[in-house]
Formats: sequence, structure tokens, C-alpha cells
Amino acid sequence: MTASGPRVGILLEKHAAQIEAILARYPSDQKRSAVMPLLYLAQHEYGHVSKAALEEIAGILDLSPTQVGSLVGFYSLYHDEAAGSVRMQICTDLPCALRGAETFARQVCENLGIRLGETTADGVITVEEVMCLAGCDRAPMFQVQDDQGIHYRENQTVESAMAWVAEVRKKHG
Amino acid sequence: MADHILLRHRDIPDLDRLEVYQRHGGFETLRRTIAEKSPQDVIDIVKASGLRGRGGAGFPTGVKWGFLTPDVFPRYVVVNADESEPGTFKDREIMERNPFQLLEGIALCAYAARASTAYVYCRGEFWDLAHELEVRIAEARQKNLLGPKIFGSDFSLEVYVHLGAGAYICGEETALLESMEGKLGQPRLRPPFPAAKGLFGRPTVVNNVETLTNLPPILERGAEWYRSIGTKDSAGPKVFSLSGHVAQPGNYELPLGTTFRTLIFDHGGGVAGGRKIKAILPAGASAPILPATDEVLDTPMDYESVPKVGSMLGSASVIVMDDTVDVAWVALKTTRFFKHESCGKCTPCREGTFWMLRVLERLHSGQDGEGQVDGLYAVARGIEGKCLCPLGEFSIMPVTSGVERFRADFVAHEGDGR
Amino acid sequence: MTAGDVRLTIDGREVRVPPGTLIVDAAKRVGVDIPVFCYHPKLEPVGMCRMCLVEIGRPVRDRATGEVQVDDHGTPVLQYGPKLETACTTPVGEGWDVRVSSEKARQGRNEVVEFLLTSHPLDCPICDKGGECPLQNLTLEHGPGKSRFLFDDKIRLDKRVPLGDLIVLDRERCIQCARCVRFQEEIAGDPVLGFFERGRKLEIVTFSDPGFDSYFSGNTTDICPVGALTTADFRFGARPWELNAAASICPHCPVGCNLTLNTRREAVSGGLEVVKRVMPRQNEAVNETWICDKGRFAYHFAASPERLKTPLVRKDGRLVEATWDEALETAAEGMRTAGSRLVGIASGRLSNEDLMALRTAVETVGGRPVLDAPMGGGDFVRRFGLGSQSDLGRLGRGDAVLVIASDLHEEAPIWWLRLRKAAERGAEVIVANARRTRLDEFASHVIRYEYGQAVEALLGIGAAATGETNVRGLVGEAVEAAGKALRSAAELVIFFGAEGLDAKGTAALAQGAAAILARTGHAAKEQSGLVGIWPQANLQGAWDLGWRPTGRGLADVLGEAKAALIAGVDPLGDDPSLGPALGALDFLIVQELFLTETAATADVVLPAQSFIEREGSLTSGEGRVQRYYPAVPAWGEARPDWSISSSLAAGLGAKDLPTSAAAWLERIAEVVPAYHDLSYQALARVEEQWPLVGGDDLYFGGTAYENRQGLGVALASEVERGGSKDVDWPMSPPPQPGPGILAVPVHRLYDRGTTLLPSRVLDPRRVSLYIALNPSDATAIGVGDGEAVSLAWDGQSQTALAVIDPSVPQGAALIPRSAGATLSMPTRVTLLASQPEAAR
Repeated sequence: MTASGPRVGILLEKHAAQIEAILARYPSDQKRSAVMPLLYLAQHEYGHVSKAALEEIAGILDLSPTQVGSLVGFYSLYHDEAAGSVRMQICTDLPCALRGAETFARQVCENLGIRLGETTADGVITVEEVMCLAGCDRAPMFQVQDDQGIHYRENQTVESAMAWVAEVRKKHG
Repeated sequence: MADHILLRHRDIPDLDRLEVYQRHGGFETLRRTIAEKSPQDVIDIVKASGLRGRGGAGFPTGVKWGFLTPDVFPRYVVVNADESEPGTFKDREIMERNPFQLLEGIALCAYAARASTAYVYCRGEFWDLAHELEVRIAEARQKNLLGPKIFGSDFSLEVYVHLGAGAYICGEETALLESMEGKLGQPRLRPPFPAAKGLFGRPTVVNNVETLTNLPPILERGAEWYRSIGTKDSAGPKVFSLSGHVAQPGNYELPLGTTFRTLIFDHGGGVAGGRKIKAILPAGASAPILPATDEVLDTPMDYESVPKVGSMLGSASVIVMDDTVDVAWVALKTTRFFKHESCGKCTPCREGTFWMLRVLERLHSGQDGEGQVDGLYAVARGIEGKCLCPLGEFSIMPVTSGVERFRADFVAHEGDGR
Repeated sequence: MTAGDVRLTIDGREVRVPPGTLIVDAAKRVGVDIPVFCYHPKLEPVGMCRMCLVEIGRPVRDRATGEVQVDDHGTPVLQYGPKLETACTTPVGEGWDVRVSSEKARQGRNEVVEFLLTSHPLDCPICDKGGECPLQNLTLEHGPGKSRFLFDDKIRLDKRVPLGDLIVLDRERCIQCARCVRFQEEIAGDPVLGFFERGRKLEIVTFSDPGFDSYFSGNTTDICPVGALTTADFRFGARPWELNAAASICPHCPVGCNLTLNTRREAVSGGLEVVKRVMPRQNEAVNETWICDKGRFAYHFAASPERLKTPLVRKDGRLVEATWDEALETAAEGMRTAGSRLVGIASGRLSNEDLMALRTAVETVGGRPVLDAPMGGGDFVRRFGLGSQSDLGRLGRGDAVLVIASDLHEEAPIWWLRLRKAAERGAEVIVANARRTRLDEFASHVIRYEYGQAVEALLGIGAAATGETNVRGLVGEAVEAAGKALRSAAELVIFFGAEGLDAKGTAALAQGAAAILARTGHAAKEQSGLVGIWPQANLQGAWDLGWRPTGRGLADVLGEAKAALIAGVDPLGDDPSLGPALGALDFLIVQELFLTETAATADVVLPAQSFIEREGSLTSGEGRVQRYYPAVPAWGEARPDWSISSSLAAGLGAKDLPTSAAAWLERIAEVVPAYHDLSYQALARVEEQWPLVGGDDLYFGGTAYENRQGLGVALASEVERGGSKDVDWPMSPPPQPGPGILAVPVHRLYDRGTTLLPSRVLDPRRVSLYIALNPSDATAIGVGDGEAVSLAWDGQSQTALAVIDPSVPQGAALIPRSAGATLSMPTRVTLLASQPEAAR
């Protein structure tokens, strides 16, 4: 069909100032650099990166939706599908595993009644296994990915983790 | 070491507050450098100091700056804060607790490189610290320690934080630049090197967080002082990330050339539960595994000595494993890591890490008959020397060294062919 | 070889190549095939697949003196690196020795093949690529007979993933070489393919809407080194080794892409030899190794069951089958009776031979030939056309290209692609049009004018370029900048189209462009000249052979005639208002492929052969005469147009008529000065082209065919042959204001014309009738996006769906050509929002 300009969507409507601030960090002929910050923005807005979000970001940055969408698959912190409100991402990489992270992850899952990669029945928590998070001296540890960003919880026990779960459930339940 | 040079926050409380940092001489070196030294002076001093890149490669920092294509502007400084090597958590502590020393180091680097924009490429998982760093950049900017016309000079510098999104490969400097440009984080061909064609095709310095944090003390106290720390070819202090089966895991700032034994026993409190050390990975997952012999334990941790016992210093992320550890399991863990993090750009790494993992998984399931260990070894050797970037070459190191040095651990998994 | 070349040995053979040449290319030049998968000579090297591993020995230099060290015999000492290196990313070095077939290098490549095969399904027996597959070939050559990889460890992936309507991906077969992704980014300018995931999970995806949205998508199936990408058209259609190959030229647009038609005789087609697929044939000066998807897929019309198979003669008011003798006699009789009141009407669909023969037949009885073309200016192109050495692929820094009044991406996609590359090499591309098109993406200056002002815009540019004060046109910053760029350009090419113009307007445009070329010193320069963006493949040939459009319109011409002989064109289908004029003729003869609306009213219908059944030559917009060859036997009793015309002329008493296509071209060479050197032998001449394609090593350049049948001959323009460079500035046509909105027919690549409709594979991408409006005009009329709107003009009317598009200029409405609307010229129309009933 005939070409048309970028569609104004939710991102531009709600976060115009922030988008402008993001774009200002890069040379004006290098707008493409803003794609990763904008993907975070979209993910926090929609809970995951939807096809509509790809098209909106592509429009803002004069990219093809493929150039934007391709990144979602490559980088593990972007998600193209919805999951629980909160992703609990436990590091079970070698240094953490040496300090009991695998057992920790298994027990957390048992407590939640799910397997790794699954979401609790109430849709609040998705438990995932991830690679090294640079928290090796404070293992077991996990990071929390929610609609605000990413936060670390370190020096964990199954008890402290379950206490946190209870808190999260109160907030999102 | 009585006084920390890099982890100064351990000696001075609240060093992450700008007024505290300034009260202890912070940004004074930058002020004096801009006033008294030319960019070339700074490069010469850093060359003379013997500072080598702390990201893992150990390339002389001043020499790297010297490769910048002359007279081409703008140039960029990119700070590699993508700290993702298993067992490495030093840059994180510096950024969280001693951020202004890093920022001052960035400014010194930019001054030397004659760059007016710097980006801190921070791994996406460091979301919270990245946002705090942005606040600190704003504070420093407000006080004219960064931003336009620093200290009233002609030197201006904007520092921005750029978040990655979960990809180990972006620690490789050309993949990092691709990622910064909004593309898949896949390594570029070299040459051209970033100093010639880096970010946005411009001459670019890419340095690790710890490397840059060394600059304020070097410029403050001189190259000679710096060379007095460490060994002849490995000068200066190093932050060692100690993890695994030790009583007190954590970061330890020690002179390069400190032995494994000193780090593990004197500082790390030895092996938890009093067990024996079996093996050491001295550079995260990216170097050959060492048996914890006396020879190894007494080896100085510097860029020259560790290779002599068959491994590498790399990022100096020392993972300690006691005698309960099965090295075949370690190989499974590291291979799973590399298979997960392989960018897929080149064939040997993409297919080879996948294949090694399949063999290792089968080995651990005890399904297979004899010969699997040799098969694994052959696959790893097939990858060797063929990859586009170091990731694929690293991926085989725990496997080949593991089979060579702990063969029994692997063979024990060979079942009877079900 | 020139001074400054680098000297090295590759597998013992001495090579001299320019500095910067990659080892893989240097090896190719001396016949050493270094296998590659990701490398493609037209794409940036990436070093991904690691298949091209070689050993490199470099001379050892003395550290102190920098001198090359020599041994006791005086031979330089070489040091071979510990690692194998990629030949596709390493430029040659003086005195190097490259070992391709050493044990170490072979072993390295064997291991790479083994790695690739761990994830490959090895389904060669059911794979379209089987037989022309680089992976298959290299596996046979390099692969170990037995893999150490356990078959059970293989991952299973989707085998049928349609990326779009035209291209299907087999995920299992993909070896992640990124050739397709890189082609789309670097060559096609449509970055609609990408990688998703990473590592072993890496897969090709598209997020475009529609999927894989690119006019060049088919080329990815040629350069895919495995069977991962296949076309919806050819997928499971035949095995490559069953196919015959015939050289051809694309009949769809004036670019003249060189093709190879792959055919086979098959039971499913009733035992007939049929075309199974269309492939690019290399001609670096024309289409390189690429073709657009229209050229690739729009060949089905030639085998349409609707084709005319026998001559028809009207008896008792009905067209009935007749013998050739009867039909030709009846036709000749009609022509003889009309005498000088016979008009022959032809189009740019016919070959040069056809046009010459038809003209001869018409003139035998004193009739007059008339060209049915919506566009003028071909005479200026003959005078000021591109030089005989021209090649858009050589334009670069210091050169300039002006494209005016055209949507080149829709009208001639390969030219768009070639200009995009010229811009990338540094040529200034200046675009002038009334609206935004995809040319703007790489334009250094964009000049916007209102429809009707194209000539004024060109005159403005001309004034700025020449500094002449007697010429006046549009002014402005962009015009000034464009003029400056044109003046200082080393080489200057001007492309003119017909968007928003009639035949007179385009003639004025061509004249203005010729004047600029002449007055900026670009006439007769090697690479400079004028190009018409004709709506048909051989309109330039028609002009060159003396065919001219009438100034007054076909209705007038027909009105004065008693009989007409119409070939390769359907005036009634294009413009129903011609019905009465045609009906008033005493006698009408039509030569056609199909029973068109015009043919249906004829007294005699003569079935013509399509381009796949016959030979002939076409003259491209760049002035290159190229030859095509028969690929399949004739359809029914159809004959080539030149043969039909020859028979008619003979029946009317003409003597010494050529009796073959080749002889007709010789006749042309005798009577048309610009064509004097031409013969079928001359058109069949070839020379070695770089990159080398089509050899056994299909991995190097893909499955594009090597050109063994002729590169054609680029004609010299008249100014190049010493003709006059005098040309006046054209008169700027007076503005023609009027009520209503100016409806402008525009070209869309996939239209509903008779040669396109039979290619059903294009249906999902085919344009349907719409009217594109500026939002403000849409609001004024009260029509929304997708709602029905009716337009009325000259007592005719039409209804279409509205498309609201801010890139449409206010006061204009764009209507796709050949999509159902009968409007062929810019026309003032009245627009009305349709009643809801009509919309439904």
C-alpha cells in the first residue's frame, strides 16, 4: 500500500518526554541506538514486547519492525510473551551452584508448586533459571524482573525467598 | 593492602556521596590534569604506568589509546560495564560503592582521547545501579565536574548510561559496540579495531570499569608509584573476585602477583568446612581449569605467571572448588553457559557448543558407552582456532583442560551402553 | 594487471591483484575455488561460516630494518600462522603464500562442514536445492563419510514457514549464513529479514506486514546456499537437473533484465514443455545478478489456457476459427481496401523485429504506423541517450543522477536498486516529483512540485545548472542545490518518467533534460545521458524504429482511418470510450496473445507467440539492444508477430522481405543508423564478467546463470556519433487549472494487466483499485479510509475504495494504472463519497 508516517501509539502519547530524553543521548543521525531503551519502555508499559510495540518503536526510530523485533529474541531480558506479573530469575550458574543455588531453586519451585520456567496458578510469579548475575559472593540469589525494572535479592534462603513471595502476592494478588 | 586504591570505599565510609568523595580529594586530579597536562601527557603517563586492561585481555591501556586514528573527530569513550563472566563481580562493587572514582577515571580517559561523549554500557541486570549511576552523573554535572566546559576549561564531556539487555557476548568490545548501535550483539570483524572505527564508525576507546578506576590514582601519584605495586610486567592493584567453596567469598583488592594461596587462605578464609581444594578456575568460565596443586597455589596471579601453569589470569575471577566437585559437572555447567550465550554468528561456536552440551548431557545421564569422553574432546578440538571471536575459543577451555587434567571424573560417567 | 598490484601465490599459482582484493576473490581469478557459504562477492564480508579457512604464510621481516628475510637460497622466509584464517575477510599481501589444499586447511574445513551438518536435516532427496546446492556439493567434497554426531541429537524444526506470500523458509535447512538478511539490507534496501534468538536457536524472521515485504525477495532464494529459502512458485515444482535453460529478456519493463527460463516437459502439463521458473542471468551492466519479483513470477501468462491458439475470422458477426491462409488473405484484403487509410497501431510490447515488420506491412499499402504510448520524448532519448559505455554500476562520487516524475521503485525496481547503490558509492541522486516515493530514501536533494509543474521544475533546475537567464522555472533552495550538483557532476544521467504528465508533457520534459545535458557539457560523455522510464519494455525500440505516438489521441486517428491493424495493445480495454471509433472502422485486424476487448471486436484475429516461444530483440531504456531466445515450442498455431506481418506484407505484394528474426534485425541495421552495427551475432557476444557465477561452485555467486548467450549491444547516442547537440529549452506548458481534483494514474508493480493476472502467486500482493487522497481532501469530500468514493469525468465514472495518505499532494488523487480504472492520463475529476450501498 502507499506509505504513511509513523503511527502515534501509547508510547508516544504517555512517554513523550522520556522518549525525547532517551533520543537526546545519541547523535541525531544515530537514532537506532535508542532501540534498546525504548524496548524496555515498551516492555514496562505492556508487560511484554508486543507486535504493536515493535511497530511503534520502528516508527519512532525509522527502522523496520524486523530490525526492532530481532533484538527481542537476541537479548534475554526482553520478552515477547506475557508471563507472571513478576519474573523470579534464579542464578544457577557455576559459582552460585557451588553454593547451593540449584537446591535452592528446586526447593523454591517445590514450595510454589511449579517447575522451573512455569508460572504460579495465580499468575503472579514466573520462576526462571538464569546465567551469572555477578552476585556470586552472595549466593543463593535471584533477580526480580517486574514492570519497574530489575532488582537483586541476595544471600537468600528458601525462607527469605518465600517471605518475599508472600509480599509480592499481596501486592499483585 | 592497608589502603585500598580501587575499593577505597572500604576505607572511607559514604564515598559514594559526592561531597565525601570530593572531601577526600575527588576530582582534584581531573582538575589538575586538565589545567596542567596535555592529552598526550596523560597517554604517556598511562603508558609508563604499565596499566593493562582489567576486562580480561590485559592489553596495555595507554597503547590502546595510542591507536586512535589521529585527527578524526568526534571520538567516543565507551565504558565496558557489561560484567557477565561467571564469578566476576568487581565492576559492580566499584560502580555501586565508589562510582565517582570511576566517573573521574572516565573523564580522564576522555580527556586523553579528546572525546566529548562517553557511554557506560552497563549490563541490563544492573538496572538499579545503572539508575543510581545516572543520578550521580547528574550530580557531578551540576557541579561542573562533568558536562560542558569542565572546571571552566575547553574540555566538555557528557556521560550517558546505556543498558544492555542480557547477553554475555556484549562484553566482547565489538559486540558491545554493535549492541550500542541498536543491533544484535554480534562481534565485528577485526580489523578495523574500535580505535579506528568504533562506535558509529568513529575512533573509540573501549575500557573496562576497573581499568578506568585506576586512572585517578595513576594521574595523582604518578607512573612510578603505580609501577611499584605488582610485578614488573603486571603493574598495579587488581580486584580479585573470589567465589565458590571458600569461607569468605568476595572481592579482594591485592597487588598483581599475589599467589592463589594468599588470596584463598589469607583473605578468603580457606575452604569452607575445612575440605581440600580440588580445582581452581582462575578466570571465570573462560580459562582452563587448574588442579589445586602446591605449584598452582603458589603461582603468582599476574598476566605472565598463570599461563605458565596452564591457564590465564583473564578477569581474575577465581572460582574455588573443593574435593566434592565433579569436574565433568563443572564442564557441563560452563558448556551450558557458553551454549546459552553463543551469539550464533560463527559456525564452530554455534554448532560446537550445542554439540558439546549434547555429549555432556548424555554423559551425565549415563546412557552412553565408552568413547564419549574422547568424542567430547575431539569436538572441542574441532572448535579450537576457528571461531570469529574469543567466546567460542573460551567455551572449550574448561572442557579440554578438564578432560586432560581430570579425566577420571569424565570417564566415571561413561555407562555401559545402556 | 597494473603497477601497484599485489603479488602472491595461492596453491602454488602466482596471482597479481589490486591491493585490497580478498584472498577468496584472488583465488577465484586463477581458478582456485575456496569454498564459502556466507561470503558473496556482492555483499560485505562477514566471516561467519568459517568455511573458507586457509593457511597463510607471510614473509618474515627483520625487526630492525623492516627488510624481508631470505634464506640461503635467497628465497623469502615465510611464517605460517598457528591458526587457519578466513580467506573471505583477509585482503591479499605482497609475497604471501596461501595454502588452500594443504592437509591442515582441508582438515579445518572438513570440521566446519561437520559442524554445519549437525543441525542440517540432510533431506536432499526432497529438497528443491538438491542438485544445485553448495552445501550438498561441499559435503561430498569435504565432508567425512560418517558423522560422529548422533542422529538422535538433531533438533527438529519447522519445515514450512512462509515468510510471506512468495518465499517459504525451511528452518531445519538454514545454516545461518545471513546472506538473505544481508542482501535485504545491503542490496535491496528493505531490511525486512532478521535473526531472532541467538546461538543454535538463531532463526530467520520477518516482522514486516505483509511478511517479507520486498520487491526483490526472490533473489534470496538464488543466493541461499542451502534449500532453506524457496519460492512459493517453484517449491516442489521440479528437480534442478531435469530443467532445460534458455536465455531470455524480461518483457515487463524498460530495464531489460537478462533472464534464464528453466523449462521441462512434464505430464502434469499435458506433455508440454513448460517454464518452471525464471532465473536471473548475469549482465553486470544491466541487472548484475538480480531480478525483481515481477520478472521472476510474472511469466505464467505465456502458458495461460486463455491464450489464442488459432486464427479467428469474423463470419456472420461471430469470430470463428480459421486457417492461417484464410485469415491472412482476409486481413490482406482488408488492408488493401483501406490503402492509405490504414492505420497500424503498435506498442512497446513488440520486439524490434516485430515493429519493423509491422511497419513494413502497414506502409506497403501506404498506411501509417502509430505508436500507442502515454509518453513522449523517445526522439530526444535517441539523440541524447546514455553513451555506449554506460553502466549505472560505475556511477559514484562526483557523478549525479536526476530522476523526475517517476516512482522508480514501482516502475523499474532494478533501476531503483542500482541507483541506491550509486548513491551509496557517493553519487548525488536528485529526485523531483510531486510526492514522496522510495527514491527519497537515498536522495541527496528532493524537489517537490505540484502535478502539472514537472517541466517548470526541470527548467528551474536547468536555469540553476546553466546560469542561463532566458530560462525560467521553479526556484528554491533544493532547485538551486540540484542545479549546482548537475553542473559540477563528472557524469550526469537524467531519468524522466510520466507521472502526472501526458505524452506532450513528457516530450517537453525529455527536451528540457536534453537541454540540461547539452548545456552542462554532458552530452556525448561516456556515462552520461537521458533515460526514459517507459511503461513497456521496448518503447525506446519503437521510437528508434520510427514509431511515434499521435499528438491527437487514438480516437482522432481511428476516426480518419478506414481500417486498423493493431498489434500488442488493447486500446479498447484501456479506454472504453474508444468503442465508437473502433466500431466505425470498416475493418479491424488484431495480432494478440489473448482475445482482448479490442480483439473481440475485430474482423480478423491473428494469434501471436509470447516471448518464451520465439526469438527477438528489445531495446532497453538505457539503449541496450538485447536478444532473447525460444525456450518452449510454439503454443498452438501461434506465430511470431514479425512472421505474421511478413506474411501480410508478402500478400500485399512486398518484395525482398526478411524471412527470419535475424534477417529482420539485419534489415533494421541497414535502415536505422543507430542500429547499423547490429546483428544476432553481435548481440550474442559475451565477455568475462566479475563476479564469476554459474560455474560448478554455486556457492560463490548463487544460482544466477552465467551469461553465455549475449550481453547485448549498447547503442551509441546520436550526439556520441557526432550528431548535433543543439536543443532549445522547451516551452513550459501552460497551467491547466480547473474544478475538482486532479486524478493521476500511477504505476504499481503488481497490477491487474493481462500479462500479470495469470500469475496467481502474486494475487495476495496484487493491487486492487483504490483512490489515494490527502487527508484534507478526504475530509472535504467526507470520505474515510477504506470507504467507497466515486469519481466522474467526461461522462465516465468509476468507484473505488479510498486510501488516506498524507504523502498524496493536496488537490490530487492517485489511482493505480491497470487496476481496473480506465483513466490513463492525468484528468480533472469530480469526487463524491459513495452511498453506503455502493460501498458494500
